[in-house]
Amino acid sequence: MAAAVSARSLKQPSVIPGFGLTLGFTLSYLGLIVLVPLGALVLQAGGVDADKFWNELVSPRTLAAFRVSFGTAIGAALVNGVFGLLVAWVLVRYRFAGRRLVDALIDLPFALPTAVAGIALTALYSHDGWIGQWLAVLGVKVAFTPLGILVALVFVGLPFVVRTVEPVLRDLDREMEEAAALLGASRRHIVARVILPPVLPALITGTTLAFARAVGEYGSVIFIAGNMPGISEILPLLIVIKLEQFDYDGAIVLATLMLVVSFALLLAINMLQAWTRRRQGG
Amino acid sequence: MVDLAARIEPRHARPQASPLPLRESRWLRAVLIGTALLFLLLFLILPLAAVFTEALREGVRVYFAAITDPEAVAAIRLTLVTAAVAVPLNMLFGIAAAWAVTKFEFGGKNFLITLIDLPFSVSPVIGGMVFVLLFGLQGVFGPWLMAHDIKIIFAVPGIIIATLFVTLPFVARELIPLMQQQGTAQEEAAWILGANGWQTFRRVTLPNIKWGLLYGVLLCNGRAIGEFGAVSVVSGHIGGLTNTMPLYVEVLYNDYAFAASFAVASLLTLMALATLALKTVLEWSAGGGRPDAPIH
Repeated sequence: MAAAVSARSLKQPSVIPGFGLTLGFTLSYLGLIVLVPLGALVLQAGGVDADKFWNELVSPRTLAAFRVSFGTAIGAALVNGVFGLLVAWVLVRYRFAGRRLVDALIDLPFALPTAVAGIALTALYSHDGWIGQWLAVLGVKVAFTPLGILVALVFVGLPFVVRTVEPVLRDLDREMEEAAALLGASRRHIVARVILPPVLPALITGTTLAFARAVGEYGSVIFIAGNMPGISEILPLLIVIKLEQFDYDGAIVLATLMLVVSFALLLAINMLQAWTRRRQGG
Repeated sequence: MVDLAARIEPRHARPQASPLPLRESRWLRAVLIGTALLFLLLFLILPLAAVFTEALREGVRVYFAAITDPEAVAAIRLTLVTAAVAVPLNMLFGIAAAWAVTKFEFGGKNFLITLIDLPFSVSPVIGGMVFVLLFGLQGVFGPWLMAHDIKIIFAVPGIIIATLFVTLPFVARELIPLMQQQGTAQEEAAWILGANGWQTFRRVTLPNIKWGLLYGVLLCNGRAIGEFGAVSVVSGHIGGLTNTMPLYVEVLYNDYAFAASFAVASLLTLMALATLALKTVLEWSAGGGRPDAPIH
Protein backbone atom coordinates (compact mmCIF):
# COMPACT_ATOMS: atom_id res chain seq x y z
CA MET A 1 0.00 0.00 0.00
CA ALA A 2 2.91 2.31 0.71
CA ALA A 3 3.92 1.93 -2.92
CA ALA A 4 0.44 2.93 -4.04
CA VAL A 5 0.55 6.04 -1.89
CA SER A 6 3.99 7.07 -3.16
CA ALA A 7 2.88 6.39 -6.73
CA ARG A 8 -0.10 8.68 -6.16
CA SER A 9 2.27 11.61 -5.94
CA LEU A 10 3.57 10.69 -9.42
CA LYS A 11 0.05 10.28 -10.72
CA GLN A 12 -1.71 12.81 -12.88
CA PRO A 13 -5.16 13.87 -11.62
CA SER A 14 -8.19 11.90 -12.85
CA VAL A 15 -11.86 11.70 -11.86
CA ILE A 16 -11.99 7.92 -12.38
CA PRO A 17 -12.01 6.12 -9.03
CA GLY A 18 -10.11 3.05 -7.92
CA PHE A 19 -6.49 4.04 -8.49
CA GLY A 20 -5.26 3.21 -5.00
CA LEU A 21 -7.28 0.02 -4.80
CA THR A 22 -6.34 -1.45 -8.19
CA LEU A 23 -2.68 -0.38 -8.14
CA GLY A 24 -2.32 -1.54 -4.55
CA PHE A 25 -3.80 -4.94 -5.37
CA THR A 26 -1.73 -5.21 -8.56
CA LEU A 27 1.54 -4.46 -6.79
CA SER A 28 0.79 -6.68 -3.77
CA TYR A 29 -0.27 -9.63 -5.91
CA LEU A 30 2.56 -9.26 -8.41
CA GLY A 31 5.02 -8.87 -5.54
CA LEU A 32 3.74 -11.92 -3.69
CA ILE A 33 3.56 -14.28 -6.67
CA VAL A 34 6.42 -13.10 -8.88
CA LEU A 35 8.72 -10.37 -7.55
CA VAL A 36 9.46 -11.61 -4.02
CA PRO A 37 10.08 -15.24 -5.12
CA LEU A 38 12.36 -14.14 -7.99
CA GLY A 39 14.05 -11.59 -5.72
CA ALA A 40 14.67 -14.32 -3.13
CA LEU A 41 16.36 -16.40 -5.84
CA VAL A 42 18.67 -13.52 -6.74
CA LEU A 43 19.43 -12.86 -3.04
CA GLN A 44 20.27 -16.50 -2.52
CA ALA A 45 22.52 -16.41 -5.58
CA GLY A 46 24.42 -13.60 -3.85
CA GLY A 47 24.87 -15.90 -0.85
CA VAL A 48 26.55 -18.65 -2.88
CA ASP A 49 30.28 -18.85 -2.31
CA ALA A 50 32.08 -17.11 -5.18
CA ASP A 51 34.39 -20.04 -5.95
CA LYS A 52 31.49 -22.48 -5.94
CA PHE A 53 29.50 -20.12 -8.17
CA TRP A 54 32.31 -19.88 -10.72
CA ASN A 55 33.12 -23.61 -10.68
CA GLU A 56 29.47 -24.46 -11.22
CA LEU A 57 29.24 -21.97 -14.08
CA VAL A 58 32.26 -23.29 -15.98
CA SER A 59 31.85 -27.00 -15.19
CA PRO A 60 31.94 -29.08 -18.39
CA ARG A 61 28.38 -30.31 -17.85
CA THR A 62 27.01 -26.76 -17.45
CA LEU A 63 28.90 -25.49 -20.48
CA ALA A 64 27.67 -28.43 -22.56
CA ALA A 65 24.07 -27.86 -21.45
CA PHE A 66 24.48 -24.16 -22.26
CA ARG A 67 25.74 -25.06 -25.75
CA VAL A 68 22.91 -27.54 -26.35
CA SER A 69 20.22 -25.14 -25.09
CA PHE A 70 21.46 -22.16 -27.07
CA GLY A 71 22.49 -24.07 -30.17
CA THR A 72 19.14 -25.78 -30.56
CA ALA A 73 17.19 -22.62 -29.61
CA ILE A 74 19.05 -20.55 -32.23
CA GLY A 75 18.57 -23.26 -34.85
CA ALA A 76 14.86 -23.57 -34.08
CA ALA A 77 14.40 -19.78 -34.10
CA LEU A 78 16.01 -19.58 -37.57
CA VAL A 79 13.83 -22.40 -38.92
CA ASN A 80 10.81 -20.63 -37.44
CA GLY A 81 11.92 -17.33 -38.93
CA VAL A 82 12.00 -18.78 -42.43
CA PHE A 83 8.93 -21.00 -42.26
CA GLY A 84 6.97 -18.64 -40.03
CA LEU A 85 7.39 -15.87 -42.61
CA LEU A 86 6.39 -18.28 -45.38
CA VAL A 87 3.29 -19.46 -43.49
CA ALA A 88 2.28 -15.88 -42.62
CA TRP A 89 2.75 -14.82 -46.26
CA VAL A 90 0.70 -17.70 -47.60
CA LEU A 91 -2.08 -17.09 -45.05
CA VAL A 92 -2.29 -13.35 -45.74
CA ARG A 93 -1.74 -13.19 -49.49
CA TYR A 94 -3.26 -16.36 -50.96
CA ARG A 95 -6.72 -17.86 -50.89
CA PHE A 96 -6.96 -21.65 -50.79
CA ALA A 97 -9.31 -24.29 -49.42
CA GLY A 98 -9.02 -24.75 -45.66
CA ARG A 99 -7.17 -21.48 -45.12
CA ARG A 100 -9.22 -20.44 -42.08
CA LEU A 101 -8.81 -23.87 -40.49
CA VAL A 102 -5.04 -23.68 -41.01
CA ASP A 103 -5.05 -20.17 -39.58
CA ALA A 104 -6.84 -21.38 -36.43
CA LEU A 105 -4.44 -24.33 -36.08
CA ILE A 106 -1.36 -22.08 -36.00
CA ASP A 107 -2.01 -21.45 -32.29
CA LEU A 108 -2.01 -25.17 -31.48
CA PRO A 109 1.47 -24.99 -29.88
CA PHE A 110 0.14 -22.28 -27.52
CA ALA A 111 -2.86 -24.40 -26.53
CA LEU A 112 -1.42 -27.92 -26.49
CA PRO A 113 0.23 -28.85 -23.17
CA THR A 114 3.98 -29.16 -23.72
CA ALA A 115 4.14 -32.70 -22.32
CA VAL A 116 1.60 -33.84 -24.90
CA ALA A 117 3.61 -32.19 -27.68
CA GLY A 118 6.71 -33.93 -26.33
CA ILE A 119 5.34 -37.46 -26.39
CA ALA A 120 3.54 -36.94 -29.72
CA LEU A 121 6.69 -35.67 -31.45
CA THR A 122 8.71 -38.50 -29.91
CA ALA A 123 6.22 -41.04 -31.28
CA LEU A 124 6.46 -39.43 -34.73
CA TYR A 125 10.24 -39.19 -34.91
CA SER A 126 11.33 -42.40 -33.14
CA HIS A 127 12.82 -45.05 -35.45
CA ASP A 128 9.46 -46.78 -36.01
CA GLY A 129 7.35 -43.60 -36.05
CA TRP A 130 5.47 -42.17 -39.05
CA ILE A 131 8.27 -39.75 -39.90
CA GLY A 132 11.19 -41.41 -38.11
CA GLN A 133 11.06 -44.60 -40.16
CA TRP A 134 11.56 -42.67 -43.38
CA LEU A 135 14.35 -40.60 -41.89
CA ALA A 136 15.95 -43.84 -40.63
CA VAL A 137 16.14 -45.04 -44.23
CA LEU A 138 18.16 -41.90 -44.99
CA GLY A 139 20.31 -42.61 -41.95
CA VAL A 140 19.02 -39.58 -40.01
CA LYS A 141 18.23 -40.04 -36.33
CA VAL A 142 16.00 -37.35 -34.82
CA ALA A 143 14.49 -38.69 -31.59
CA PHE A 144 16.94 -38.88 -28.67
CA THR A 145 19.46 -36.56 -30.37
CA PRO A 146 19.93 -32.75 -30.35
CA LEU A 147 18.02 -32.78 -33.66
CA GLY A 148 14.98 -33.98 -31.70
CA ILE A 149 15.32 -30.99 -29.36
CA LEU A 150 15.35 -28.76 -32.43
CA VAL A 151 12.13 -30.34 -33.72
CA ALA A 152 10.36 -29.80 -30.36
CA LEU A 153 11.54 -26.17 -30.22
CA VAL A 154 10.38 -25.50 -33.77
CA PHE A 155 6.94 -26.75 -32.70
CA VAL A 156 6.67 -24.51 -29.62
CA GLY A 157 8.11 -21.43 -31.35
CA LEU A 158 6.18 -21.40 -34.63
CA PRO A 159 3.15 -19.28 -33.56
CA PHE A 160 5.39 -16.51 -32.20
CA VAL A 161 6.75 -15.72 -35.66
CA VAL A 162 3.51 -16.24 -37.59
CA ARG A 163 1.40 -14.18 -35.18
CA THR A 164 3.93 -11.32 -35.06
CA VAL A 165 4.45 -11.10 -38.82
CA GLU A 166 0.84 -11.73 -39.92
CA PRO A 167 -0.72 -8.40 -38.81
CA VAL A 168 2.15 -6.38 -40.32
CA LEU A 169 1.84 -8.19 -43.64
CA ARG A 170 -1.93 -7.66 -43.61
CA ASP A 171 -1.60 -3.92 -42.99
CA LEU A 172 0.97 -3.39 -45.75
CA ASP A 173 -0.09 -0.73 -48.19
CA ARG A 174 -0.65 -2.55 -51.49
CA GLU A 175 -0.48 0.73 -53.40
CA MET A 176 3.24 0.92 -52.65
CA GLU A 177 3.68 -2.35 -54.53
CA GLU A 178 1.53 -1.04 -57.37
CA ALA A 179 3.58 2.14 -57.54
CA ALA A 180 6.80 0.13 -57.63
CA ALA A 181 5.38 -2.10 -60.36
CA LEU A 182 4.28 0.92 -62.43
CA LEU A 183 7.77 2.32 -62.08
CA GLY A 184 9.05 -0.85 -63.68
CA ALA A 185 10.27 -2.91 -60.74
CA SER A 186 10.30 -6.68 -61.15
CA ARG A 187 8.38 -8.84 -58.67
CA ARG A 188 11.61 -10.00 -57.04
CA HIS A 189 12.69 -6.40 -56.67
CA ILE A 190 9.34 -5.44 -55.14
CA VAL A 191 9.52 -8.29 -52.60
CA ALA A 192 13.09 -7.39 -51.60
CA ARG A 193 12.78 -3.60 -51.59
CA VAL A 194 9.12 -2.81 -50.88
CA ILE A 195 7.61 -5.71 -48.96
CA LEU A 196 10.43 -7.08 -46.81
CA PRO A 197 11.79 -3.86 -45.22
CA PRO A 198 8.60 -2.96 -43.30
CA VAL A 199 8.12 -6.62 -42.32
CA LEU A 200 11.68 -7.05 -41.06
CA PRO A 201 11.26 -5.58 -37.53
CA ALA A 202 8.26 -7.84 -36.89
CA LEU A 203 10.14 -10.84 -38.28
CA ILE A 204 13.11 -10.18 -36.01
CA THR A 205 10.80 -9.61 -33.02
CA GLY A 206 8.91 -12.84 -33.67
CA THR A 207 12.11 -14.81 -34.13
CA THR A 208 13.51 -13.38 -30.88
CA LEU A 209 10.27 -14.27 -29.06
CA ALA A 210 10.53 -17.83 -30.41
CA PHE A 211 14.16 -17.96 -29.29
CA ALA A 212 13.35 -16.66 -25.79
CA ARG A 213 10.63 -19.28 -25.40
CA ALA A 214 12.90 -22.03 -26.76
CA VAL A 215 15.77 -21.34 -24.34
CA GLY A 216 13.55 -21.95 -21.30
CA GLU A 217 11.38 -24.71 -22.79
CA TYR A 218 11.25 -27.90 -20.76
CA GLY A 219 8.11 -30.04 -21.16
CA SER A 220 8.20 -30.75 -24.87
CA VAL A 221 11.98 -31.25 -24.96
CA ILE A 222 12.69 -33.78 -22.23
CA PHE A 223 10.72 -36.59 -23.89
CA ILE A 224 12.37 -36.34 -27.30
CA ALA A 225 15.86 -35.29 -26.20
CA GLY A 226 17.21 -38.52 -24.76
CA ASN A 227 18.79 -36.31 -22.09
CA MET A 228 22.38 -37.56 -22.44
CA PRO A 229 24.61 -35.38 -20.22
CA GLY A 230 26.95 -33.37 -22.40
CA ILE A 231 25.12 -34.23 -25.64
CA SER A 232 21.37 -33.68 -25.42
CA GLU A 233 20.88 -32.30 -21.91
CA ILE A 234 19.31 -28.81 -21.80
CA LEU A 235 19.87 -26.20 -19.08
CA PRO A 236 16.34 -26.34 -17.57
CA LEU A 237 16.69 -30.12 -17.20
CA LEU A 238 20.06 -29.71 -15.49
CA ILE A 239 18.37 -27.33 -13.02
CA VAL A 240 15.69 -29.93 -12.30
CA ILE A 241 18.33 -32.64 -11.81
CA LYS A 242 20.24 -30.45 -9.35
CA LEU A 243 17.04 -29.71 -7.42
CA GLU A 244 16.24 -33.41 -7.24
CA GLN A 245 19.73 -34.04 -5.84
CA PHE A 246 19.15 -31.23 -3.30
CA ASP A 247 22.12 -29.38 -4.84
CA TYR A 248 20.30 -26.07 -4.31
CA ASP A 249 23.42 -23.95 -4.79
CA GLY A 250 24.09 -25.56 -8.15
CA ALA A 251 20.48 -25.03 -9.22
CA ILE A 252 20.61 -21.39 -8.05
CA VAL A 253 23.75 -20.69 -10.10
CA LEU A 254 22.19 -22.13 -13.28
CA ALA A 255 18.87 -20.38 -12.65
CA THR A 256 20.67 -17.05 -12.18
CA LEU A 257 22.46 -17.58 -15.49
CA MET A 258 19.13 -18.25 -17.21
CA LEU A 259 17.50 -15.24 -15.51
CA VAL A 260 20.23 -12.93 -16.80
CA VAL A 261 19.69 -14.28 -20.31
CA SER A 262 15.90 -13.86 -19.95
CA PHE A 263 16.24 -10.25 -18.79
CA ALA A 264 18.56 -9.45 -21.68
CA LEU A 265 16.09 -11.01 -24.11
CA LEU A 266 13.14 -9.19 -22.51
CA LEU A 267 14.99 -5.91 -22.92
CA ALA A 268 15.86 -6.73 -26.53
CA ILE A 269 12.25 -7.70 -27.30
CA ASN A 270 10.90 -4.47 -25.77
CA MET A 271 13.30 -2.44 -27.90
CA LEU A 272 12.43 -4.47 -31.01
CA GLN A 273 8.72 -3.93 -30.42
CA ALA A 274 9.24 -0.19 -30.04
CA TRP A 275 11.17 -0.30 -33.33
CA THR A 276 8.34 -2.25 -35.00
CA ARG A 277 5.79 0.32 -33.85
CA ARG A 278 7.95 3.21 -35.06
CA ARG A 279 8.38 1.57 -38.47
CA GLN A 280 4.66 0.95 -38.75
CA GLY A 281 3.80 4.44 -37.62
CA GLY A 282 6.22 6.07 -40.05
CA MET B 1 -9.11 -1.54 -52.20
CA VAL B 2 -8.61 0.52 -55.31
CA ASP B 3 -6.93 -1.60 -57.95
CA LEU B 4 -4.60 1.05 -59.26
CA ALA B 5 -2.96 -1.21 -61.80
CA ALA B 6 -6.25 -2.29 -63.34
CA ARG B 7 -7.37 1.30 -63.74
CA ILE B 8 -4.17 2.64 -65.21
CA GLU B 9 -3.14 -0.21 -67.43
CA PRO B 10 -5.77 -0.05 -70.17
CA ARG B 11 -5.36 3.67 -70.67
CA HIS B 12 -1.63 3.38 -71.16
CA ALA B 13 -2.05 0.38 -73.46
CA ARG B 14 1.33 -1.09 -72.56
CA PRO B 15 2.99 -2.70 -75.56
CA GLN B 16 3.76 -6.00 -73.80
CA ALA B 17 0.70 -8.03 -72.86
CA SER B 18 2.11 -9.18 -69.50
CA PRO B 19 0.35 -7.67 -66.48
CA LEU B 20 2.15 -5.75 -63.77
CA PRO B 21 4.24 -7.99 -61.49
CA LEU B 22 1.90 -7.66 -58.51
CA ARG B 23 1.59 -11.36 -57.73
CA GLU B 24 3.73 -14.41 -57.94
CA SER B 25 3.30 -16.64 -60.96
CA ARG B 26 0.77 -19.42 -60.63
CA TRP B 27 3.37 -22.15 -60.17
CA LEU B 28 5.39 -20.19 -57.60
CA ARG B 29 2.21 -19.58 -55.64
CA ALA B 30 1.46 -23.31 -55.71
CA VAL B 31 5.00 -24.12 -54.54
CA LEU B 32 4.79 -21.61 -51.65
CA ILE B 33 1.37 -22.82 -50.52
CA GLY B 34 2.49 -26.44 -50.87
CA THR B 35 5.67 -25.90 -48.85
CA ALA B 36 3.84 -24.05 -46.09
CA LEU B 37 1.14 -26.71 -45.87
CA LEU B 38 3.70 -29.54 -45.88
CA PHE B 39 5.57 -27.84 -43.04
CA LEU B 40 2.35 -27.44 -41.05
CA LEU B 41 1.37 -31.04 -41.80
CA LEU B 42 4.69 -32.29 -40.41
CA PHE B 43 4.76 -30.03 -37.37
CA LEU B 44 1.11 -29.52 -36.40
CA ILE B 45 -1.26 -32.03 -37.99
CA LEU B 46 0.78 -35.22 -37.65
CA PRO B 47 1.50 -34.71 -33.91
CA LEU B 48 -2.25 -34.22 -33.38
CA ALA B 49 -3.05 -37.38 -35.34
CA ALA B 50 -0.30 -39.29 -33.50
CA VAL B 51 -1.86 -38.53 -30.10
CA PHE B 52 -5.19 -40.11 -31.03
CA THR B 53 -3.67 -43.02 -32.99
CA GLU B 54 -1.35 -43.97 -30.14
CA ALA B 55 -4.16 -43.54 -27.60
CA LEU B 56 -6.38 -46.02 -29.45
CA ARG B 57 -3.59 -48.38 -30.51
CA GLU B 58 -4.55 -51.03 -27.96
CA GLY B 59 -8.26 -50.60 -28.47
CA VAL B 60 -11.17 -48.66 -27.05
CA ARG B 61 -11.33 -50.82 -23.89
CA VAL B 62 -7.76 -49.97 -22.91
CA TYR B 63 -8.47 -46.31 -23.72
CA PHE B 64 -11.46 -46.06 -21.39
CA ALA B 65 -9.76 -48.16 -18.72
CA ALA B 66 -6.86 -45.70 -18.81
CA ILE B 67 -8.95 -42.56 -18.43
CA THR B 68 -11.20 -44.03 -15.73
CA ASP B 69 -8.34 -45.42 -13.63
CA PRO B 70 -8.55 -43.97 -10.07
CA GLU B 71 -5.16 -42.28 -10.48
CA ALA B 72 -6.28 -40.74 -13.77
CA VAL B 73 -9.48 -39.48 -12.15
CA ALA B 74 -7.45 -38.04 -9.26
CA ALA B 75 -5.16 -36.31 -11.76
CA ILE B 76 -8.13 -34.87 -13.67
CA ARG B 77 -9.67 -33.64 -10.41
CA LEU B 78 -6.41 -32.00 -9.25
CA THR B 79 -5.96 -30.31 -12.63
CA LEU B 80 -9.50 -28.92 -12.54
CA VAL B 81 -9.13 -27.73 -8.93
CA THR B 82 -5.83 -26.01 -9.79
CA ALA B 83 -7.36 -24.23 -12.77
CA ALA B 84 -10.48 -23.35 -10.76
CA VAL B 85 -8.34 -21.53 -8.17
CA ALA B 86 -5.64 -20.07 -10.42
CA VAL B 87 -7.78 -18.74 -13.28
CA PRO B 88 -10.23 -16.58 -11.22
CA LEU B 89 -7.39 -15.14 -9.12
CA ASN B 90 -5.36 -14.22 -12.19
CA MET B 91 -8.50 -12.85 -13.83
CA LEU B 92 -9.02 -10.55 -10.85
CA PHE B 93 -5.37 -9.53 -11.06
CA GLY B 94 -5.62 -8.95 -14.81
CA ILE B 95 -8.65 -6.67 -14.43
CA ALA B 96 -7.11 -4.70 -11.55
CA ALA B 97 -3.77 -4.35 -13.31
CA ALA B 98 -5.38 -3.27 -16.58
CA TRP B 99 -7.59 -0.75 -14.76
CA ALA B 100 -4.64 0.77 -12.89
CA VAL B 101 -2.42 0.87 -15.96
CA THR B 102 -4.90 2.11 -18.56
CA LYS B 103 -7.23 4.47 -16.67
CA PHE B 104 -4.49 6.50 -14.98
CA GLU B 105 -1.23 8.17 -15.88
CA PHE B 106 1.59 7.58 -13.44
CA GLY B 107 5.36 7.23 -13.39
CA GLY B 108 6.93 3.82 -13.90
CA LYS B 109 3.93 2.51 -15.81
CA ASN B 110 5.90 0.90 -18.65
CA PHE B 111 8.21 -0.72 -16.13
CA LEU B 112 5.17 -2.19 -14.36
CA ILE B 113 3.88 -3.62 -17.65
CA THR B 114 7.27 -5.23 -18.25
CA LEU B 115 7.20 -6.74 -14.75
CA ILE B 116 3.75 -8.23 -15.39
CA ASP B 117 5.18 -9.95 -18.48
CA LEU B 118 8.08 -11.40 -16.51
CA PRO B 119 6.64 -14.92 -15.97
CA PHE B 120 6.47 -15.35 -19.77
CA SER B 121 10.16 -14.72 -20.23
CA VAL B 122 11.34 -16.91 -17.36
CA SER B 123 11.76 -20.66 -17.87
CA PRO B 124 8.81 -22.50 -16.26
CA VAL B 125 11.35 -24.61 -14.39
CA ILE B 126 12.54 -21.45 -12.60
CA GLY B 127 8.90 -20.57 -11.95
CA GLY B 128 8.60 -23.74 -9.90
CA MET B 129 12.06 -23.61 -8.43
CA VAL B 130 11.66 -20.23 -6.71
CA PHE B 131 8.89 -21.73 -4.56
CA VAL B 132 11.02 -24.77 -3.68
CA LEU B 133 13.70 -22.34 -2.49
CA LEU B 134 11.12 -20.50 -0.37
CA PHE B 135 8.88 -23.26 0.96
CA GLY B 136 10.88 -26.49 0.45
CA LEU B 137 12.37 -28.43 3.36
CA GLN B 138 15.70 -26.64 2.95
CA GLY B 139 14.03 -23.44 1.84
CA VAL B 140 13.82 -20.08 3.59
CA PHE B 141 10.51 -20.86 5.32
CA GLY B 142 11.07 -24.63 5.35
CA PRO B 143 11.81 -25.12 9.07
CA TRP B 144 8.96 -22.81 10.11
CA LEU B 145 6.46 -24.60 7.84
CA MET B 146 7.69 -27.96 9.10
CA ALA B 147 7.27 -26.86 12.74
CA HIS B 148 3.70 -25.82 12.00
CA ASP B 149 3.02 -28.95 9.95
CA ILE B 150 2.14 -27.01 6.79
CA LYS B 151 3.05 -28.64 3.49
CA ILE B 152 3.33 -26.47 0.39
CA ILE B 153 6.01 -28.15 -1.72
CA PHE B 154 5.17 -31.69 -2.86
CA ALA B 155 1.55 -30.82 -2.04
CA VAL B 156 -1.44 -29.17 -3.69
CA PRO B 157 -0.74 -25.56 -2.49
CA GLY B 158 2.66 -25.62 -4.22
CA ILE B 159 1.07 -26.78 -7.47
CA ILE B 160 -1.46 -23.96 -7.29
CA ILE B 161 1.16 -21.29 -6.49
CA ALA B 162 3.43 -22.45 -9.32
CA THR B 163 0.45 -22.37 -11.69
CA LEU B 164 -0.43 -18.85 -10.47
CA PHE B 165 3.12 -17.77 -11.34
CA VAL B 166 3.21 -19.07 -14.91
CA THR B 167 -0.34 -18.01 -15.83
CA LEU B 168 -0.27 -14.56 -14.18
CA PRO B 169 0.21 -12.40 -17.32
CA PHE B 170 -2.47 -13.90 -19.60
CA VAL B 171 -5.55 -11.83 -18.70
CA ALA B 172 -3.59 -8.62 -18.01
CA ARG B 173 -1.74 -8.69 -21.32
CA GLU B 174 -4.99 -9.29 -23.20
CA LEU B 175 -6.82 -6.43 -21.44
CA ILE B 176 -4.10 -3.76 -21.30
CA PRO B 177 -3.81 -3.06 -25.06
CA LEU B 178 -7.59 -3.33 -25.46
CA MET B 179 -8.37 -0.85 -22.66
CA GLN B 180 -5.58 1.45 -23.82
CA GLN B 181 -7.31 1.75 -27.19
CA GLN B 182 -10.67 2.39 -25.58
CA GLY B 183 -9.39 5.28 -23.50
CA THR B 184 -11.05 6.81 -20.45
CA ALA B 185 -13.78 9.07 -21.87
CA GLN B 186 -16.67 6.69 -21.17
CA GLU B 187 -15.59 6.07 -17.57
CA GLU B 188 -15.18 9.81 -16.98
CA ALA B 189 -18.66 10.44 -18.38
CA ALA B 190 -20.15 7.73 -16.14
CA TRP B 191 -18.43 9.20 -13.09
CA ILE B 192 -19.64 12.71 -13.86
CA LEU B 193 -23.17 11.40 -14.34
CA GLY B 194 -23.01 10.07 -10.78
CA ALA B 195 -22.07 6.40 -11.13
CA ASN B 196 -19.83 5.03 -8.42
CA GLY B 197 -16.64 3.06 -9.14
CA TRP B 198 -18.25 -0.36 -9.16
CA GLN B 199 -21.18 0.81 -11.33
CA THR B 200 -18.73 2.40 -13.75
CA PHE B 201 -16.81 -0.84 -14.09
CA ARG B 202 -19.84 -3.11 -14.18
CA ARG B 203 -21.98 -1.07 -16.61
CA VAL B 204 -19.45 0.79 -18.74
CA THR B 205 -16.07 -0.93 -18.78
CA LEU B 206 -17.06 -4.59 -18.51
CA PRO B 207 -19.36 -4.61 -21.58
CA ASN B 208 -16.53 -3.00 -23.56
CA ILE B 209 -13.92 -5.54 -22.58
CA LYS B 210 -15.93 -8.76 -22.21
CA TRP B 211 -14.61 -10.45 -25.37
CA GLY B 212 -11.01 -9.62 -24.58
CA LEU B 213 -11.54 -10.73 -20.99
CA LEU B 214 -13.03 -14.05 -22.10
CA TYR B 215 -10.16 -14.52 -24.52
CA GLY B 216 -7.57 -13.93 -21.81
CA VAL B 217 -9.38 -16.26 -19.40
CA LEU B 218 -9.47 -18.94 -22.09
CA LEU B 219 -5.72 -18.75 -22.73
CA CYS B 220 -5.03 -18.60 -18.99
CA ASN B 221 -7.16 -21.69 -18.43
CA GLY B 222 -5.44 -23.61 -21.23
CA ARG B 223 -2.04 -22.92 -19.75
CA ALA B 224 -3.19 -23.65 -16.18
CA ILE B 225 -4.44 -27.06 -17.24
CA GLY B 226 -1.43 -27.86 -19.39
CA GLU B 227 1.45 -26.43 -17.37
CA PHE B 228 4.25 -28.94 -16.96
CA GLY B 229 7.68 -27.54 -16.07
CA ALA B 230 6.81 -25.35 -13.08
CA VAL B 231 4.35 -27.84 -11.64
CA SER B 232 6.76 -30.74 -12.18
CA VAL B 233 9.37 -29.11 -9.94
CA VAL B 234 7.01 -28.58 -6.98
CA SER B 235 4.83 -31.68 -7.31
CA GLY B 236 6.96 -34.57 -6.09
CA HIS B 237 4.90 -36.84 -8.39
CA ILE B 238 2.95 -38.55 -5.60
CA GLY B 239 0.51 -40.90 -7.36
CA GLY B 240 -3.13 -40.02 -6.76
CA LEU B 241 -2.19 -36.94 -4.73
CA THR B 242 0.06 -34.44 -6.52
CA ASN B 243 -0.01 -35.56 -10.14
CA THR B 244 -1.81 -33.16 -12.45
CA MET B 245 -2.86 -34.52 -15.86
CA PRO B 246 0.34 -33.50 -17.69
CA LEU B 247 2.47 -34.98 -14.89
CA TYR B 248 0.42 -38.18 -14.94
CA VAL B 249 1.03 -38.39 -18.71
CA GLU B 250 4.75 -38.28 -17.96
CA VAL B 251 4.54 -40.90 -15.19
CA LEU B 252 2.66 -43.33 -17.45
CA TYR B 253 5.04 -42.64 -20.32
CA ASN B 254 8.11 -43.33 -18.19
CA ASP B 255 6.46 -46.58 -17.03
CA TYR B 256 6.17 -47.61 -20.71
CA ALA B 257 2.36 -47.52 -20.40
CA PHE B 258 2.28 -45.71 -23.75
CA ALA B 259 -1.36 -46.33 -24.71
CA ALA B 260 -2.57 -45.14 -21.28
CA SER B 261 -0.21 -42.15 -21.42
CA PHE B 262 -1.54 -41.10 -24.82
CA ALA B 263 -5.12 -41.75 -23.66
CA VAL B 264 -4.75 -39.14 -20.89
CA ALA B 265 -2.84 -36.93 -23.34
CA SER B 266 -5.77 -37.18 -25.76
CA LEU B 267 -8.04 -35.58 -23.13
CA LEU B 268 -5.59 -32.67 -22.87
CA THR B 269 -5.49 -32.49 -26.66
CA LEU B 270 -9.27 -32.28 -26.83
CA MET B 271 -9.09 -29.47 -24.28
CA ALA B 272 -6.53 -27.68 -26.48
CA LEU B 273 -8.69 -28.12 -29.59
CA ALA B 274 -11.74 -26.81 -27.72
CA THR B 275 -9.66 -23.81 -26.62
CA LEU B 276 -8.64 -23.13 -30.23
CA ALA B 277 -12.22 -23.49 -31.45
CA LEU B 278 -13.58 -21.12 -28.79
CA LYS B 279 -10.74 -18.69 -29.45
CA THR B 280 -11.55 -18.65 -33.16
CA VAL B 281 -15.25 -18.08 -32.42
CA LEU B 282 -14.32 -15.24 -30.04
CA GLU B 283 -12.10 -13.63 -32.68
CA TRP B 284 -14.86 -13.81 -35.24
CA SER B 285 -17.50 -12.46 -32.87
CA ALA B 286 -15.21 -9.73 -31.58
CA GLY B 287 -14.04 -8.78 -35.07
CA GLY B 288 -17.46 -9.15 -36.67
CA GLY B 289 -18.47 -5.54 -36.36
CA ARG B 290 -20.39 -5.85 -33.11
CA PRO B 291 -20.87 -2.55 -31.30
CA ASP B 292 -18.61 -3.77 -28.47
CA ALA B 293 -15.93 -5.12 -30.77
CA PRO B 294 -12.39 -4.11 -29.84
CA ILE B 295 -11.01 -1.62 -32.32
CA HIS B 296 -8.28 -3.21 -34.38
